[in-house]
Amino acid sequence: MPHWMERLDRRWIFLVMGLLVLLPLLFPLALPLVVSPRVQGFHDTVAKIPDGSTVLMSCDYDPGAIPELVPMTQTALRQLFDKNCKVVVTCLWNGGPGLVDNVVRSIAAEKGKQDGVDFVDLGFKEGREAVMVVMGQGIANAFPRDYQGKDTRSLPIMKTVRDYSSFPLLVSISAGYPGTKEWVQQVQARFHITMVAGVTAVSAPEYYPYLQSGQLQGLLGGMAGAAEYEKVRNEKGSATRGMDAQSMAHVFVAFCILAGNWVQWSKRKKEKA
Amino acid sequence: MNLGSDLSIWIAALLTLCIFSFLYRDNPLYKFAEHLFVGVSAGYYIVLNFWTVIIPNMWVPLERAFEGRGVNAARTGAFAVELGDYRIWLAVPGILGVLLFTRLFGRIGWLSRWSLAVIIGVYAGIKTTGFAQGDFVAQVQGSLIPLWTGNIVSSLNAIVLTVGLVTSLLFFFYSREHKGALGMASRIGVYFLMVGFGAGYGYTVMSRVSLLIGRLQFLLEKWLQIG
Repeated sequence: MPHWMERLDRRWIFLVMGLLVLLPLLFPLALPLVVSPRVQGFHDTVAKIPDGSTVLMSCDYDPGAIPELVPMTQTALRQLFDKNCKVVVTCLWNGGPGLVDNVVRSIAAEKGKQDGVDFVDLGFKEGREAVMVVMGQGIANAFPRDYQGKDTRSLPIMKTVRDYSSFPLLVSISAGYPGTKEWVQQVQARFHITMVAGVTAVSAPEYYPYLQSGQLQGLLGGMAGAAEYEKVRNEKGSATRGMDAQSMAHVFVAFCILAGNWVQWSKRKKEKA
Repeated sequence: MNLGSDLSIWIAALLTLCIFSFLYRDNPLYKFAEHLFVGVSAGYYIVLNFWTVIIPNMWVPLERAFEGRGVNAARTGAFAVELGDYRIWLAVPGILGVLLFTRLFGRIGWLSRWSLAVIIGVYAGIKTTGFAQGDFVAQVQGSLIPLWTGNIVSSLNAIVLTVGLVTSLLFFFYSREHKGALGMASRIGVYFLMVGFGAGYGYTVMSRVSLLIGRLQFLLEKWLQIG
């Protein structure tokens, strides 16, 4: 006779998971959060660039990655704007330009930064790696107009921007292809530009080799990475608020894995007997 | 309870609930939200690509080229090209793009192969050089590290990395039967791979749970305005 857990309707698991995520959002537990070296590396690399530099930030994601990547985009923009850095933003995901523009403008407004002077959102461009290569010949060649439709070459911020050599730092926030991997392959490796990345958790293991080899100076992995970054910056954003729920859900998944293995192990033992 | 009055928030919240309803069972509300998403996405992407790629990168520069103008104002003439200022030559990718649509007209459909050949050739080239520089050379370089660094923790890290790298590579060496020393090394490699898969699975769980958290945060904070 099968164990009752084998016959368990999976909707009960969905319900428990839903409650374990919902309750900590309503009643925060304030579980401790430790900052990992890769997140500290991200923060320190941004901190090290000269104040007032112009930084390239590629936000390659769409609304599916909002909970993980928007918090880290916001924190990175705050850190850059606090250093009076100018930020050139691009997006290589067709589902992302509107979202990215909203995020950039909201943080710019919060810090009192001016469009076209302190930051520019160049918007979306189709072409994936080809766009990265064309940007190497001139950023304005790939993006003749910004997201607002303004002539890129006429913007004050672009007066000092020619190609990748104009940037002391590349910040890649990505949810997959095209994203951090392609920026490493096409830009970091060729132009030896200092680079940090923020990525979705599901893709994070792919980027650890780049961290090990020094191609990436820092890495934010998923919501946990975003929450750690917020902690380093003494901010309390949506990633920090979501980490209690994240921890509870992980404990439950670990419990389900152990329970499932226990059922299978005891079943096999019975069959052998 | 103070419900948000923004119509877009209400639409997003109701569509989120429609999608969540699939967790109970497949139903017409879920199907409606799914189909709406596919239709809206397709329309959005077509319009976006038209206004952000075709118009600024091809149409406007071509228009200027026919007037003899380009990026470099000092040079005039439709054929006064230089790096980054391609003027009339932008018609070539334009024509190749149009040729892709010949697939819709049976007899001349073969013309689209020229465009595909260019696309495949360019991307194969870009990918190959990118992989060689960014992954192959840099990763081999990054793996050649001293085993003893003077610090016990970093030395241990280097040893684990080297053992994991060598044994994992040996696992994929199929020219000899995995017996004896090779068998033992490849078995150790399997353990390293398992740890890697486990870490990948853990991160995947984190990613998926984050999506749920994001949606619940939206429903609670933006829609219901709790917290």
